Amino acid sequence: MMMEISATRRFVNGFMLTLSGLCTVLVVSVLFFILGYLLIHGAASLNWDFFTKLPKPSGETGGGMANAIVGSGKVLFLASLIGVPIGFLTGVFLAEYSGKTFAFLIRYVVDLLNGVPSIVIGIVAYALVVKPMRHYSALAGGVALGIMMIPIAVRTTEEFLRAVPNSLREGAMALGATKATTIFTVVIPAAISGLASGMMLNLARVAGETAPLIFTALGNQFWSAGWMAPIATLPVMIYNYAISPEEDLHQQAWAAGFVLLSLVLIINVTARLIISRGPAAQRR
Amino acid sequence: MATTTPSYIAETLKRRTSRGFLARLRGGDEISYLITLICTVSILLIVGLIVFELWSNSHQTFKTFGFSFLKSSAWDPNADKYGALPFIYGTCVTAFLGMIIAVPLGVAAAIFLAEMAPPKLSNFLTFLIELLAAVPSVIYGLIGIFILVPFLKTYVVPPLQHAFGFLPIFAGSFYGLSLFSAGIVLSVMVAPFIISVSREVLMAVPVEQREAALALGATKWETTWDIVLPNASTGIFGSIFLALARALGETMAVTMVVGNAPKISASLLSPGYSIAAVIANEFAEASGDLYISSLIFMALVLFGLTIVINAVARIFIMTTQQRGA
Amino acid sequence: MRSQMVGKIVGRVGALALTSMVAVAATVQMTGAGATFPAPIYTKWFNMYQSIGNTQFNYQPIGSGGGIKGVTEGTVDFGASDAILTQAQMDAFKAKNEGHNLLTFPTVLGAVVPSYNLPGVTAELNFTGPVLADIFLAKIRKWNDPAIAKLNPGVKLPDMDIFVAHRAEGSGTTFCFTDYLSKVSPEWAKGPGRNASVSWPECPSCVGAKGNDGVAGLLKQNAGALGYVELVYAVKNHLAYGKVKNQAGEFIKADLKTVSAAAGSMKETAADSQISITDAPGKGVYPISTFTWLLVPDKFKDAEKGAAMKAFVKWAVTKGQEEVESLDYARLPASVAKQVAKRADLIDKK
Repeated sequence: MMMEISATRRFVNGFMLTLSGLCTVLVVSVLFFILGYLLIHGAASLNWDFFTKLPKPSGETGGGMANAIVGSGKVLFLASLIGVPIGFLTGVFLAEYSGKTFAFLIRYVVDLLNGVPSIVIGIVAYALVVKPMRHYSALAGGVALGIMMIPIAVRTTEEFLRAVPNSLREGAMALGATKATTIFTVVIPAAISGLASGMMLNLARVAGETAPLIFTALGNQFWSAGWMAPIATLPVMIYNYAISPEEDLHQQAWAAGFVLLSLVLIINVTARLIISRGPAAQRR
Repeated sequence: MATTTPSYIAETLKRRTSRGFLARLRGGDEISYLITLICTVSILLIVGLIVFELWSNSHQTFKTFGFSFLKSSAWDPNADKYGALPFIYGTCVTAFLGMIIAVPLGVAAAIFLAEMAPPKLSNFLTFLIELLAAVPSVIYGLIGIFILVPFLKTYVVPPLQHAFGFLPIFAGSFYGLSLFSAGIVLSVMVAPFIISVSREVLMAVPVEQREAALALGATKWETTWDIVLPNASTGIFGSIFLALARALGETMAVTMVVGNAPKISASLLSPGYSIAAVIANEFAEASGDLYISSLIFMALVLFGLTIVINAVARIFIMTTQQRGA
Repeated sequence: MRSQMVGKIVGRVGALALTSMVAVAATVQMTGAGATFPAPIYTKWFNMYQSIGNTQFNYQPIGSGGGIKGVTEGTVDFGASDAILTQAQMDAFKAKNEGHNLLTFPTVLGAVVPSYNLPGVTAELNFTGPVLADIFLAKIRKWNDPAIAKLNPGVKLPDMDIFVAHRAEGSGTTFCFTDYLSKVSPEWAKGPGRNASVSWPECPSCVGAKGNDGVAGLLKQNAGALGYVELVYAVKNHLAYGKVKNQAGEFIKADLKTVSAAAGSMKETAADSQISITDAPGKGVYPISTFTWLLVPDKFKDAEKGAAMKAFVKWAVTKGQEEVESLDYARLPASVAKQVAKRADLIDKK
């Protein structure tokens, strides 16, 4: 006996499902809109000046963000030096060495760190690095961003190391390798593509952070020498230029936004492709 | 030689204990354990340091005002009088508005992606939506100032006020920078989180449940609404709380569109302020211990709030995972 | 061809980038932060001075409050502020810097103007101090309020709410403006008073913006907006600004002559302390004028930096003054400039 589905029910069915489809379309179109607008406005304002010149004084047009691009690179480099080793090695500890209760505690604390608003990390870095050193610096910016990198580094490392099947570990140990040798010569290389892409995603995430840099790296109109001087970074320049009234600076802000977003998206897409095609996925 | 004779065991034990440690050291086990342990402990130290810094630097405000700091609306650096209420209000209102828009939208989209869309399309669209989550906050602010605010001013608020202007939340003139604009920007920023986690939770509901419902004659929508969704509800709540925690702590996008006015107003269209925004604007110049300590006390409040909400989210998500396992 | 160009540019940027990695700098590098009020002329000066004095001054306009805090905590080498330092702030500097003093050097004169965005109104509006105070006290809410109309006979003022823009952070521009309002409006003096950062009265459409830039941006984007900005920000952004009534009863528009007149009316030419020249008496005086000061510690840990700072201050009040008028700032009165050049010797005095 076939049950007749009433017209109302069929209507509700079709309606709600269409509605949910529309919601999806709405969300996705926001992304395309953001990308599209940045493309049109930002790419149009890109020129060699933007990549090679320093910012001009107030009122003069032209000028670029060469120092900010390099500055972002320097600060992110420092951040990786601080965040990646600590996060990675902690992930190794959690995946390979730790007991259950200690691991639970560490994971909870790492979650806590992840939940700290970025502005709070900025003021802590100010109190810990800028004030005692008595100057703003790329180092302080690197410390702030490095601390932000730690939680995700821990989580990704642990996740990908755990995903390596135990048979690999047991095989190595059966051949007489010590635990450390197993970890560093067998397990980690097996997970390397996941780990690398996880770190790339991590970097892309902090590349766009502005708030912590306002109180640590400050800014610079010139090239910043070394690691102990204030330094210009892309996100902070975008912020400063966006809230200024000068059209020329707005153009530069769009261009910088385009560059930043392109870099972030390219890193994201690459990393995700590596993960989806990597050994972890193939093993699934 | 038999491996279970007492003499064999005794000899083996002797070998193991005396040379065992050196062997392990050479193999690198002790060092590797030590180094990874040090890194782990350093994270504990870092978090402890953060909490300590926030706590000790906010002590003065707590001593002077006590908990009434959180209920007072006075913000007068000139007279050294501080109150956190306008900022707490703004933070909560913008986050709440963001969630009201993002949650239905997000859950609906998650339903579509998990239940309706063919797998290839679903994966592709999810990929794109997760890219949205990667867009830096300052870029949302940029789009907010130059595109969203003029758009709202011209196309959204006038009809809104025409239809609903009698409601106190839509009263008053709209100059673009407002709690409303900040709320909308936040909704776009947190929607991807809700969609991505909810979709995974929905997909984790065992397919037998769906098949059972369909076999009994339910439509696809009824299956989703009455069977799948309730099953996944704890996980979805978890994603909502995660998104809420993100919205509360968001700094740049909010600072650029919220209007920076430390006041409490019933109207969403009026300018407001949030905790993160006031810290971003005023910390660089806050001199005077009470001023700084007030800002840091608010940072502590925000931190505490996000910890609690994150913890709740984790509990929700853990419950779902245990159930699914 | 194109790839050659690309290669050359990449090479040049790469070389610059590499040299920036090295800690050894050929030139002296100084960092300063503070007021947005003089930022246009300071950034121009510092850009020029790179080649003249072999020193790189990195100036970050984060507001006068930020400059005062930065130089007090020693996170920057020097500060800049248009707000007059209180005794408490001077003492705080002494306390945090081993008993050394903070020296203040006036560099240029500028004006704070009431700038507005009223499409359809082409005439320059007249304002008085009390009327401005009432607008910012939220007592005058609409553009066609009788008080404003009385000052501007014949001008058709729209029936619009006044969208008031003020500063969100501690600002010397705010200090100068509120200093003036306190002098002309007893209610303002009793209420928000004069300070770099005041408690703005409750009003339904008042918005805070960051920096003179931020306020100018708000004014540009919102019809019916009124705010106070430094003159050069109104001029370079093509914003209309009104005339203000001075003590002599004239409605004066801010420009080089009227601002200089305000400084000229000072009884004593004080270069060693900060004085306020708002609401100055005399004819042809623009009433919301102010000096802006460089805040310099009197002792530098690094002798090179001290020498560089001293050289710059001397240059700024002599050769540097030739650049200020092109940016709508007024030169220091000659006597003041001479005193400043002499006082600069106090920096890092052996």
